[in-house]
Amino acid sequence: MSELLLPPEHRYAKRIQEQLNEDGSELSILNLGPTHPATHGIFQNILLMDGERILEAEPTIGYIHRAFEKIAENRPFYQITPLTDRLNYCSSPINNMGWWMTLEKLLDIEVPKRAQYLRVIVMELARITDHIICNSILGVDTGAYTGFLYVFQFREKVYEIYEEICGARLTTNMGRIGGFERDWSPEAFRKLDVFLEEFPAAWKEFENLFERNRIFIDRTVNVGAITAEQAMAYGFTGPNLRAAGVDYDVRVAQPYSSYEDFDFIIPVGKSGDTYDRFCVRNAEVWESLSIIRQALAKMPEGNEFHADVPDYYLPPKEAVYTNMESLIYHFKIVMGEVPVPVAEIYHAVEGGNGELGFYLVTDGSRTPYRLHFRRPCFIYYQAYPEMIKGSLLSDAIVILSSLNVIAGELDA
Amino acid sequence: MALETTQIQEKLVETFDSAVFEFKQEKDIFSFEVAADKITAVILFLKNDPTLRFHFLTDLCGIHYPDNDVDHQFAVVYHLHNWYENKRIKIKAFINGENPEIKTISNIFLSSNWMERETFDFYGINFIGHPQLKRILNMDEMISFPMRKEFPMEDSGRTDKDDRFFGRTTDNY
Amino acid sequence: MSDSKINMVEPPEGVVGEGFFATKLNDVVGLARANSLWPLPFATSCCGIEFMATMASHYDLARFGSERVSFSPRQADMLMVMGTISKKMAPILRQVYEQMSEPRWVIAVGACATSGGIFDTYSVLQGIDKVIPVDVYVPGCPPRPEQIVDGVMKLQELVRTESVRRRSSPEYQELLASYNIK
Repeated sequence: MSELLLPPEHRYAKRIQEQLNEDGSELSILNLGPTHPATHGIFQNILLMDGERILEAEPTIGYIHRAFEKIAENRPFYQITPLTDRLNYCSSPINNMGWWMTLEKLLDIEVPKRAQYLRVIVMELARITDHIICNSILGVDTGAYTGFLYVFQFREKVYEIYEEICGARLTTNMGRIGGFERDWSPEAFRKLDVFLEEFPAAWKEFENLFERNRIFIDRTVNVGAITAEQAMAYGFTGPNLRAAGVDYDVRVAQPYSSYEDFDFIIPVGKSGDTYDRFCVRNAEVWESLSIIRQALAKMPEGNEFHADVPDYYLPPKEAVYTNMESLIYHFKIVMGEVPVPVAEIYHAVEGGNGELGFYLVTDGSRTPYRLHFRRPCFIYYQAYPEMIKGSLLSDAIVILSSLNVIAGELDA
Repeated sequence: MALETTQIQEKLVETFDSAVFEFKQEKDIFSFEVAADKITAVILFLKNDPTLRFHFLTDLCGIHYPDNDVDHQFAVVYHLHNWYENKRIKIKAFINGENPEIKTISNIFLSSNWMERETFDFYGINFIGHPQLKRILNMDEMISFPMRKEFPMEDSGRTDKDDRFFGRTTDNY
Repeated sequence: MSDSKINMVEPPEGVVGEGFFATKLNDVVGLARANSLWPLPFATSCCGIEFMATMASHYDLARFGSERVSFSPRQADMLMVMGTISKKMAPILRQVYEQMSEPRWVIAVGACATSGGIFDTYSVLQGIDKVIPVDVYVPGCPPRPEQIVDGVMKLQELVRTESVRRRSSPEYQELLASYNIK
């Protein structure tokens, strides 16, 4: 057991001794995590507690460090999408699309409008599923399991749409350079229509369940508040930053995939507390629904779903077997013998929890020379010890789930 | 009035002279290189100058170039973003391969704290003045720096990748 | 709901008479254990989200006697390891397993827990069976909730047919000793 005790030179040990000398009261140390069920992921925090109040926290991360960036340096561009799936696995399609758009920026490929709109739809669906998880889990942590069970049904509905598009539920591995691997089936559009029809009522009910709920308000208002200045200093992006009142959104700042065609607002909060984060996410779901409706309405005629870039887009399988040129392209793409310019690219998309950036350095070979993911929650999780200082232990759990920190993305 | 790249370049060259160089536009991002010993001064200037106002550190990461000459074997890349003018820039600082060290910017941008720790963890780049420079993602006991190019990706202790399981022996390749 | 059919568990083989039912102790214990497995979700990454889906209303793992998710290892019967286990995490997983009381079973859910999956890297443990014994492996990256439920049902089958004396047998002691677990 001795290895579990704090070494006497540790700053907590000193602090405890000081407190003891000062007024005889005893501070305690609590190890929260890494497998604590309420943390929804593996985060370890060693807390210094005065009764139930947290004085200091020391986070340890890296418990599911999977070396994404090292793998990426050893895989051809096509094989990196499965890695991006597993970054923020609550909203995989956004990551997939972000990665394809990075490559398209590198290769100067213009994606047809229809494919761009399809991408917008799937990215907004992903944002909705991300916020469904975050907000309903926040409900679970404040003692309301019902909301979770209720809205999770609709997450299943979105999964079914994903399945129609790409065949997978969670880790979608969706799309290709220049568009999608196949056109969306009519069934996908039908399921999307059903979802758009049924989901708003359920989400409204979910909102009603929480927004004016006395217990929920007592647990979240003024809990884990962060000012706009502090949030920016800690590198916050996404809903957490907007809850603090800064209207920064990559979709508006650097529109990608034709986001400039759609009319939507960026919901912002005021105080940056847990309740504001919850409300901002709620409002974003409504905006996402509106964007999807607009995209469906504005969808160009035809069935174009990818750019005409034979050098990078895999030809259809039947053509590979019957057509010499297709066979050559297929071989070249699969073996990674397509020319790639030497360049350094940074592309950012608005992920479920912030600005998801891809910094890609190529040297002309089949694999990236260096690929760095700007993972939003890795950067803003730094602020967590600061945010929980002085709060109660139970609030620390609520703050963590309202920040939407995804372990897979945090540790990469 | 939008912030022009020429304006950024002029201001930087005026203040830092030859310590900033290699200005170029890479797709949508304006980028340049900085002499490693001037990095904190340049970033502080970019952050505090009333017209430049690069107040947000988007990203910080390292790159390993083992084939370069010894003074350019590691690079630290900074992405800064000015939200007022919606302008992104990228700064690259090359450092020595045998003794990779550069000054920390964690006193300028709080958010760089963990990003620098991550870079240290991956590449062993020493950020001078960092408040808590220790490993963040890997185990503390680890001695090598995994993102350096010479470090193998695969787990060396894996037994099920034995060639015999795939019908291959050393003499029937 | 009125239209739902309740599936009762079949009684084990035995002799039925007026007011009594005679059967083997093994069968009764197996029946009871198999239908009240308390899971301990050890969810680390993507598979954990699919486990959430398995627990939620659509797939409802509670139908298989796993209504109560036990977050304390001391009261859990079935350790479900979902997601990548890195080398940094391995000692913790082992500690959790050691804290569980007998009888205990382990399901490795997903490719990562089974074999390291696509993450054949320096930091990832190549399968949790390197540190703890595993009863059922569920393939998939991530497995669908149906697959997770199938894995639980496979485990139920194992539990139902397990001898009550297995846990004190020399073979079992040997197995634990090979993992260095006391």
